[in-house]
Amino acid sequence: MSVNGITETTQYLTFKLDEEIFSVDISKVREVLDFTTVTKVPQTPDFMRGVINLRGSVVPVVDLRLKFGMSRTEKTVNTCVIIVEINIEGEVTVLGALADSVQEVIDLEPDQIEPAPKIGTRLRTDFITGMGKRDNQFIMILDIDKIFSSEEIAVVQGASSGSGSE
Amino acid sequence: MSMTDKHKEVFREEASELLAELEGSLLELEETPQDADLIGRVFRAMHTIKGSGAMFGFDEIVSFTHEIETVFDLVRNGKATVTKELIDLTLEARDQIRAMLDAADGEPAGDKTKRVKLVAAFKKMAPASAKGSLDEKSKKTKKEEAESELITYRIRFRPVADIITRGINPLMFLSDLSEMGESTIVAQTCDIPLMTDLDPEMCYTYWDIILTTEFGIDAIKDVFIFVEDECELKIDVIDRLTGTDGEVSVKKVGEILAERGDISAESLQNVLNKQKRIGELLVEEGLVSSDQIQTALTEQKHIQGVRDKRQKVETDTSIRVASEKLDMLVNLVGELVTVQARLTQTAANNNNPELLLISEEVERLSAELRDNTMSIRMLPIGSTFSKFKRLVRDLSNELHKEIELTTDGAETELDKTVIDKLGDPMVHLIRNSIDHGIELPDEREAAGKPRRGNLHLSARHSGANVLIEIIDDGKGLDPDVIRAKAVEKGLISHDASLTDKEIFSLILLPGFSTAKTVTNVSGRGVGMDVVKKAIDSLRGSIEIESEKNIGTTITLKLPLTLAIIDGLLVNIEQDSFVLPLSAVQECIELTEKERAAAHGKNTVTVRGELVPYISLREQFDMAGQKPAIEQVVITEVNGMRVGFVVDHVIGEHQTVLKNLGRFYKEADGISGATILGNGSVALILDTQKLVESAEKREVAR
Repeated sequence: MSVNGITETTQYLTFKLDEEIFSVDISKVREVLDFTTVTKVPQTPDFMRGVINLRGSVVPVVDLRLKFGMSRTEKTVNTCVIIVEINIEGEVTVLGALADSVQEVIDLEPDQIEPAPKIGTRLRTDFITGMGKRDNQFIMILDIDKIFSSEEIAVVQGASSGSGSE
Repeated sequence: MSMTDKHKEVFREEASELLAELEGSLLELEETPQDADLIGRVFRAMHTIKGSGAMFGFDEIVSFTHEIETVFDLVRNGKATVTKELIDLTLEARDQIRAMLDAADGEPAGDKTKRVKLVAAFKKMAPASAKGSLDEKSKKTKKEEAESELITYRIRFRPVADIITRGINPLMFLSDLSEMGESTIVAQTCDIPLMTDLDPEMCYTYWDIILTTEFGIDAIKDVFIFVEDECELKIDVIDRLTGTDGEVSVKKVGEILAERGDISAESLQNVLNKQKRIGELLVEEGLVSSDQIQTALTEQKHIQGVRDKRQKVETDTSIRVASEKLDMLVNLVGELVTVQARLTQTAANNNNPELLLISEEVERLSAELRDNTMSIRMLPIGSTFSKFKRLVRDLSNELHKEIELTTDGAETELDKTVIDKLGDPMVHLIRNSIDHGIELPDEREAAGKPRRGNLHLSARHSGANVLIEIIDDGKGLDPDVIRAKAVEKGLISHDASLTDKEIFSLILLPGFSTAKTVTNVSGRGVGMDVVKKAIDSLRGSIEIESEKNIGTTITLKLPLTLAIIDGLLVNIEQDSFVLPLSAVQECIELTEKERAAAHGKNTVTVRGELVPYISLREQFDMAGQKPAIEQVVITEVNGMRVGFVVDHVIGEHQTVLKNLGRFYKEADGISGATILGNGSVALILDTQKLVESAEKREVAR
């Protein structure tokens, strides 16, 4: 059983949120930075942690833990900002995502990826491209474009905080 | 992009410019139909479009334009006159050419039947007998433009090999040239391959033309204007009949060869040195001395040098640069300014006089660089104004109104981005003025006004802003009608007390349209709110003033540039914010005592005047303890003095604006961000929005 649209070996960057391992398509990742000072923009949802200076450009940083209904990311030595390029309505936007720690880059064959179960993932299924299986461990592959699609942002901006998970 | 695509792109760009110019000329011509210069300009525009269109295979445009050109040639000859009908037709034709140009971009190809009709109309104006006079006439005007001095040129015309396949007959240019004066044409056939290798569709020949004419070099270049990129063209002045030194020397084969570049001067010299026969022979015959050859060579060098210099000056005067490149430059300058701020800060901390000196130097240079870069992007707003002439003319015809458009301040310069984005909202406002504002001639007469309405566009600088006014002398806005409508739509409560100005600004709200009937022109659901949005996105504002039966004035206040502003850096806790300096009036202290004296009201007394303030700490729900003495930055917002309370005022800061991006589109009261000298990010405050949301809060309370 495999997932539609995944036909060749792809590299994924894995990272941890809490004790859970997630991954994103490496082609979406531009770089990984240490977590430094983030400037909070007033009157915006909590999961929007603020903006950072990425070599002269202002890049928003999102707290994925809050976005996924976990507790707020606390700063540790391992905390990282994963800079990703996401595609919203045909427009490429650069965004930083907070992760508790970045793990490694792995190769996954198409047959190592299974569709996400409809229930029990703590996350909305449409946020997940599939479940990668590796060393008897399942890794959630995130559809990063989906997570930050404009409707999502609009929905959460309408709500008071970032508890947008199910 | 392939080469041809690139050329087509260039053609399209050029043609667009020509069409814009054509429109302007036509509208002017309508007012002064006798102006020969204008007629010439219209003719030339058509001629150039036709010519370059042919080169890139825009056949439809060529055949269509040809008809118009023919008519205007008649006009030029005095065989036809400029009528309103002609102007109307030509303007319509212009739009069709425009449509055809766009069609090449993959859009629908305009209205074909309309074009056929237009062609027929133009043909009617130009009887067949008049044909053929075109070349004769163009010769004449060219002659008029040129100086009377007789000059002999050497022209080498080497077209690219596939010129014939591009639909250009190179012989055409030769015959054009020979019509300009006495000419000797020599075809250079040395490149023609053997019959077996010959491709009949290729042009292997190049030509040397010796032309004695009274035309200037530009006139000759004009002949080749359509094939500029398709040929190697060399034009040299080899003789002037009015030479002052009186020494008329006929050049020798060797010199000519050298001058033409067939052999280099050195190799000529070498040959002359080696086989002295030519030189010797010439000297023997007493025709020329070796000195003369030497001087001729220097003279040649001199002329070459002068010409090179002149060509350089010509190319230097103006170049076309893609706007992306400019954007890139502005970005880089922005980063430089950021780094420079860092340098200044480091230098100040280090107490090293040498470093301080360098940093000051860099500061001066980068400020200059910034100003220069910004000025490159500045364009006069006049080009936008002239676009509206056509709009006003067409609309007033359509609506049977008589309207005159007057403008002033067309030379006012604005950032290109601002100008580009200003077009649509301006069109909308002008349409509104014409459709709803200015009355029909009879109505106007009845109201005791001149039949002809006036629409005035003006632009002027005001500090770091540009004010653009759209003034009409129409019936004005009726506050009562707007009020009733706003109540009906539930935008305001029926007992709300509003000033006229506030009432007028209601029309900027979404879903507001006072037009009783929907016309083709306005009332199609795209209301003033779209205009407001567009102006907001430029960080500008709209103000409406109106008096019944006198007219309406809409003022757009726009920032000069979108890239860099002067700001005032302030602090609250650890966070930095920037207030646009243009809005800041003064800074005062706010002590505990004064706060107590206001009895909980958010007001402060400045020299006897009561000024309300907004505590940013409260507005932004920021944690922490406020200092004993806070600072109030007093700004002007919407003609009102409002203070913003912050912890500390740091000082002036050159702010490079950075967009916060789509994720923070909804962030209230923040218009962008900037990067400070220490690398951290400061947010730029939108004073107007902050005041508005504070007002909303008050009302909600």
